[in-house]
Amino acid sequence: MGDEAKQLVMSHIRKDLVKNLLDDGKRLDGRKFGEYRPVEIHKGVIGTAEGSALAKIGETMVLVSAKFDVATPFPDRPTEGVFMMNSELLPTASPRFETGPPREESIELARTVDRAIRSSEVIDVKSFFIEEDKVLGLFMDIYVLNHSGNYVDTATLAATAALTDLKLPKIENAAIVRGEYSGKLEPKVLPISTTLIKIGNHWIVDPTLTEEQVTETRINIATTEEHVCSMQKGEGSLNKDELLANIDIAFKKGSDIRKILLS
Amino acid sequence: MGGATDIQLIVDGKRLDGRTAEQLRNIKIQVGMIPEAEGSAFIEWGGNKVLCGVHGPRQCLPKHMANPYKAVIKCRYMMSPFASLEEHGRSGPSRRSTELSKVIKEVYENVIMTEQFPNTQIEMYIDVLQADGGTRTASIAVAAVALANAGIPMKDMVSAVAVGKGGDQLIVDLGKIEDNFGQSDVPLAMSARNKDLLLVQMDGLLTREEIEKMLEMAEKSADEVHKLQVKALKDHYTGEKEEEFKL
Repeated sequence: MGDEAKQLVMSHIRKDLVKNLLDDGKRLDGRKFGEYRPVEIHKGVIGTAEGSALAKIGETMVLVSAKFDVATPFPDRPTEGVFMMNSELLPTASPRFETGPPREESIELARTVDRAIRSSEVIDVKSFFIEEDKVLGLFMDIYVLNHSGNYVDTATLAATAALTDLKLPKIENAAIVRGEYSGKLEPKVLPISTTLIKIGNHWIVDPTLTEEQVTETRINIATTEEHVCSMQKGEGSLNKDELLANIDIAFKKGSDIRKILLS
Repeated sequence: MGGATDIQLIVDGKRLDGRTAEQLRNIKIQVGMIPEAEGSAFIEWGGNKVLCGVHGPRQCLPKHMANPYKAVIKCRYMMSPFASLEEHGRSGPSRRSTELSKVIKEVYENVIMTEQFPNTQIEMYIDVLQADGGTRTASIAVAAVALANAGIPMKDMVSAVAVGKGGDQLIVDLGKIEDNFGQSDVPLAMSARNKDLLLVQMDGLLTREEIEKMLEMAEKSADEVHKLQVKALKDHYTGEKEEEFKL
């Protein structure tokens, strides 16, 4: 049997296993349906960046750094700073990741986290204006270091944590003085992403890699304290009631994880 | 999405182009204008012009990508370099188009009866010739018609519409300026019969209550789009009003 065929057969067996367990109210790792794996956050892990954080959800581990540069504003927003999010699914993080140009999963990850951060208005890009044609650019890089499932929530958490660590650069003669700072960002809202997947008739949060491999429907919902700030459906479909119920769960989980981030 | 806007999006209860909050832009759909494609359709949705061609089912290449249980769906959404009123864009895939290709593919994986065509691929090529906000929903709507024209069996027809918030009001079918300067944009695709959500994306800030209201508005508007899709197909097959293809 070829590798692809083996994968297909295995995925059918795994799906039966995971689904039968869920029917009995259990998950492979013993968690409840609405329970996250242990969450860990380490801030300021990269000394060369103005902000950084390493987040772990279970064994999934994502590093996000935030670095400033002087940039040219976009022509339609000449007084606003530039904010860019990039992501790397490092080949070391999973046997399924490869070197080479970013694949669609990686681009979707970067753009999903970007929307959650941008929409939450945690960053005030208007304050990044320096002078005509010169603004601050904030470049955030997502490095997925280990992928054991749910890198979207882990990356969003690392990104938000990196912003709570973010030092604002000192500007002199329209240039950044490296190593000197004018203050900290002090975020007023903290966007947190919650990923839910559906297997059979069951919705569960924070899927492991095995659970992800047999997902029927996936949705990421990012929330701030009071608002939904981004949604992204992956594979599958869901109905209106499921979406609204999932939004309620996302608010609850977001508030739990925000507490860990603040502690 | 900037939150605070410098542009007044709603004046005297009317939107910039004179529409009411729940009014769609004009939509015109033509069917079957690309004879070399298995199926094709063209949509004019406000200032958007989007062409979709469908090829297949045919042998899946490269062969190792083939699935012995079902057809593989491939989707390529692309924005032409001349589609925007401003600069001449770059040709080829961008990060945005790569993401959109993925989410559109994921819409159709739910409805195309792929299990009928093992080891094959079904290709959807979507080209945005002119863009005016809401190209992804226009693309999904036109792709459904092209797939039907290709005779590819689907469990349900797919309709799409964006809902959003601009000038502190909930609105359907955001135009380009509303998209750029509004407070939130929620592009949705849903199956015509049971209203399953097949595309859900969102940016901006919304409360749960606003989202609930928006889903209701979207269902109504998606129904209108669905009627136009069905009418375009009927007109095509009954030979009524068969006009020459006009861009």
